[in-house]
Amino acid sequence: MSTNINFEDWLALTQLYADYASAVDSGNWDLWPEFFTEQCVYRLQPRENHERGFPLATLSFTSKGMLKDRVYGIKETLFHDPYYQRHIVGAPVVRSIEAGSFKCEANYAVFRTKLSETSTVFNVGRYIDTVARTPDGLKFASRECIYDSEMIPNSIIYPI
Amino acid sequence: MSETSTVFPREAHWESDGTSRIPFLTYTSDELYKRELERFFYKNHWCYVGLEAEVPNPGDFKRTVVGERSVIMTRDAEGGISVVENVCAHRGMRFCRERHGNRKEFVCPYHQWSYTLKGDLQGVPFRRGVKQDGQVHGGMPADFKTSDHGLTKLKVATRGGVVFASFDPDVESLEDFLGPTILGYFDRLFNGRKLKILGYNRQRIPGNWKLMQENIKDPYHPGLLHTWFVTFGLWRADNKSQLRMDEKHRHAAMISTRGTAGKSDQVTQVSSFKESMQLNDPSFLDIVPEPWWGGPTAVMTTIFPSVILQQQVNSVSTRHIQPNGHGSFDFVWTHFGFEDDSDEMTQRRLRQANLFGPAGFVSADDGEVIEFSQQAFESKPFHRTLAELGGREVEDTEHMVTETLIRGMYRYWRDVMEAE
Repeated sequence: MSTNINFEDWLALTQLYADYASAVDSGNWDLWPEFFTEQCVYRLQPRENHERGFPLATLSFTSKGMLKDRVYGIKETLFHDPYYQRHIVGAPVVRSIEAGSFKCEANYAVFRTKLSETSTVFNVGRYIDTVARTPDGLKFASRECIYDSEMIPNSIIYPI
Repeated sequence: MSETSTVFPREAHWESDGTSRIPFLTYTSDELYKRELERFFYKNHWCYVGLEAEVPNPGDFKRTVVGERSVIMTRDAEGGISVVENVCAHRGMRFCRERHGNRKEFVCPYHQWSYTLKGDLQGVPFRRGVKQDGQVHGGMPADFKTSDHGLTKLKVATRGGVVFASFDPDVESLEDFLGPTILGYFDRLFNGRKLKILGYNRQRIPGNWKLMQENIKDPYHPGLLHTWFVTFGLWRADNKSQLRMDEKHRHAAMISTRGTAGKSDQVTQVSSFKESMQLNDPSFLDIVPEPWWGGPTAVMTTIFPSVILQQQVNSVSTRHIQPNGHGSFDFVWTHFGFEDDSDEMTQRRLRQANLFGPAGFVSADDGEVIEFSQQAFESKPFHRTLAELGGREVEDTEHMVTETLIRGMYRYWRDVMEAE
């Protein structure tokens, strides 16, 4: 285990983070599941639960299929006020490098803009990630979004 | 309806003695809201404060609210539960800032007045003054008694691991408050097993607090708004169901048994039904019946004014309504399981929790519709809603094609709010 990363890997990793932010802000929700491995974990969890050891997450998905079901929900089944979202993601901190994967973290802030409204801070936290090398490039084997925001402003529909 | 010339009436105008048409003003008036706090949250009613499992050990505390007032639930050295108001007896500071923790006593940081976990004042710095050059300076008056200046103590009732509190020392017993019918559904969920906290979700919904009570007294919308419910047969108009109320119509239970999913001539002619919808990962709906259900697959219980008890298949939670102003409330979900749950059952409850909460496949849109209702109420307060599905009366039913529970709640609301 080490935290020394070569330039090529660093470039690929930062590209992954930038691509993810670009994708989830694009409105093209079908892009989102493709950032993950088939057997993946995606969790959106309040910091309170994370730090107190409570397992409940606001969303907790354990397969790429679940992410696709979420996309279908966003597009077809969840009635919601339309909004734009905009992610600002910090540079990843590489915590460890193991054979075939990286453990990384990055701060994020998401702004929400509803139609005819001003932009507001929507959800703020950090990603805790396991990034795997795959034949198709780097993918998230696990992405946990641990959010500081104590109150969700009514609802969260789109992926963080 | 003809438009009235007064857009902002002073008084709510009910069109009849009934409650099937509810003035928008009941959701927008600060004056009515304060009276609601007074008459529902602070007098004559029990309000939810938490679960005993949140404070398992002596000294554990949880900060929460009754209405808009900050309170602390504690477990004392003898194992009892107390609820005290988070207002120092001295200068009124809201002294407890952590939301949970463990303490031997409470100390207000401002002047270090200290209290027992039950709220008794035990220490006042410089109470007997400060000696200097042979003289005593200051100190509290000779007739000052610590016993006169404890924290405000609430009356507490616990049942099945659930804690309720009331500022009203004369409130009836919790059992009488719930009434035998609702008590039966309460005991079905909280039947004495120890609870295991799974975690919290918190959302702020910009709508009047009553709208959330109404949402869970409205069995009309789930099979229409919520695609998952109608498509997978979890909750829809042709499910076997009952609606029940206490004798004052303030509390209610919506009881439903999952029927067959798929097409049915009457109830799936709605745009939210998706015949071809199939889950990529069906484990979202890995439902395993539990013996304690005794038949129904879902029982949603509204306990007026402060809490909703959720059983939707294997997902169970309390949903605490915490009003903050006439147009907003915080909605705090506490998901739990039971001490004897297997790991598989715990995982199942957590997976099904994806349907609920502020991002849930089903529940996220409930908050949305409440927000947009409130927007209209604010701009058109002379108008009224219509809750006449199933008639204009208030009655228990053996079906869910009715808004009778909403009418029942407003029957009670009018009785209490219009009394002198």
